[in-house]
Amino acid sequence: MDAFQQFLKTFFDWQAMGEVIPSMLTVGLPNTLILAISSGILGSLLGLVLAIMGISRNPIPRWIARIYTDILRGLPAILVIVIIGIGLGPILRQTMGITNPFPLGIFALTLMAAAYMGEIFRSGIQSVDKGQLEASRALGFSYGSAMLLVVIPQGIRRVLPALVNQLIHLIKDSSLIYMLGLLASQREIYRVGNDAAANSGNMSPLIAAGLLYLCMTIPLTHLVNFIDKRMREGRAPKIEPDEAAAVVGKGA
Amino acid sequence: MSDFNSGSLTASNIHLAFGNNKVLRGIDLHVPQGTTASVIGPSGSGKSTLLRVMNRLIEPDQGDIQLDGRSVLQDNPDELRRRIGMVFQQFNLFPHKTVVDNVSLALHKIKKLPKDQARAKAMEQLELVGLAHKADARPGNLSGGQQQRVAIARALAMEPEVMFFDEATSALDPELVKGVLALMTDLAKGGMTMVVVTHEMGFSRNVSDTVTFMDAGVVVETGSPDQLFSEPKTERLKGFLSDVL
Repeated sequence: MDAFQQFLKTFFDWQAMGEVIPSMLTVGLPNTLILAISSGILGSLLGLVLAIMGISRNPIPRWIARIYTDILRGLPAILVIVIIGIGLGPILRQTMGITNPFPLGIFALTLMAAAYMGEIFRSGIQSVDKGQLEASRALGFSYGSAMLLVVIPQGIRRVLPALVNQLIHLIKDSSLIYMLGLLASQREIYRVGNDAAANSGNMSPLIAAGLLYLCMTIPLTHLVNFIDKRMREGRAPKIEPDEAAAVVGKGA
Repeated sequence: MSDFNSGSLTASNIHLAFGNNKVLRGIDLHVPQGTTASVIGPSGSGKSTLLRVMNRLIEPDQGDIQLDGRSVLQDNPDELRRRIGMVFQQFNLFPHKTVVDNVSLALHKIKKLPKDQARAKAMEQLELVGLAHKADARPGNLSGGQQQRVAIARALAMEPEVMFFDEATSALDPELVKGVLALMTDLAKGGMTMVVVTHEMGFSRNVSDTVTFMDAGVVVETGSPDQLFSEPKTERLKGFLSDVL
């Protein structure tokens, strides 16, 4: 019984949770969302550039994209965040007078997200049927316009589920930014929970943090499944029998 | 009387190889203005490739292509392709755009028509193929026959001088073939210059002005439909006809 009481006290101390929840919602949640969403948006833009470089007919941009992707995907997130966030800090301070490591955290997350999203976009674009490019070119579009107007938009649509997945990763990985020594007002969910846990010697604030993460990630996971299913099965198709023959030049 | 501003098309001595695979070996094809040439032959004979060489989706290794008596090999290929409409076996409509946007996209982006004019012109073309009421549907919600008619409207909207049909009815269910063939027949009668790669021997025989039989990258026989279908000269054509008829 003692052990069970101890367990409840350590992990489900409602009072400790209640104390941390306000700052978790007012400080941690907005910061986590800013980190994840801004690096998600910037990462998609950079990823799209990488994808376009990756399918280029010119080998030089192709190789640059390949090397970038291999490196940034191959490194542990914590290593990139520390190298960028702490390593670039002094340079940023000297050149632009910025002392805030928060943007560097976004930058590091963006660089990694771009590597993954670039691969997602590339595979999506390459999965578009070759007939689409051929038909566009037959109409008189240049290679570039055909890709931009017809092929790439279709490729992007196809990978929406994978992109939402990437956003889930970013929400979780944004917690690693705690390494950068941020101001109290810049703490994200994990750091808020961790500080409270350290002060009270109790795990409950971290359990609260975990629940808050799940409140975001589980609905997103189901959104992914929903989009995926919708794209696979489509809305109920409405195919009608062919109408009567067309009437071009009738009576000619 | 001609409904179209069509032109003549001549391909001479076209050679094309993919590595060691000689796909086209000295093809000659002449299509006078306002006539329909059908190209028949077994799979892999190079018919579809010939169409793609004639609008320079694939550049020939050797030979010349003339539109209205002038060689087009030095022209910008994008500009050449604006003068030649092409219809594909798999329709290749843009699935992410509505039917009317499929037709108006090139009018707006290439011919630089303002959006409303491009749309109006696209609606006119859809009217002609009998699908104006589907303007705001997605291609995926149309039957194969309807999709192919939209693809024809998309090509016609650019006011091409020549139309290419690459097995335009091969992917269609049998009951949908008729509508598309009727549309193609109307175009031919309206004076469009057409090159039709087809397995539809009825169309080839009844609608086209000339028939060209290709096999293994060469033209084996060419002439009027009566000549080829009633009095085939070569064993290869006789064999082919007995297989398909």
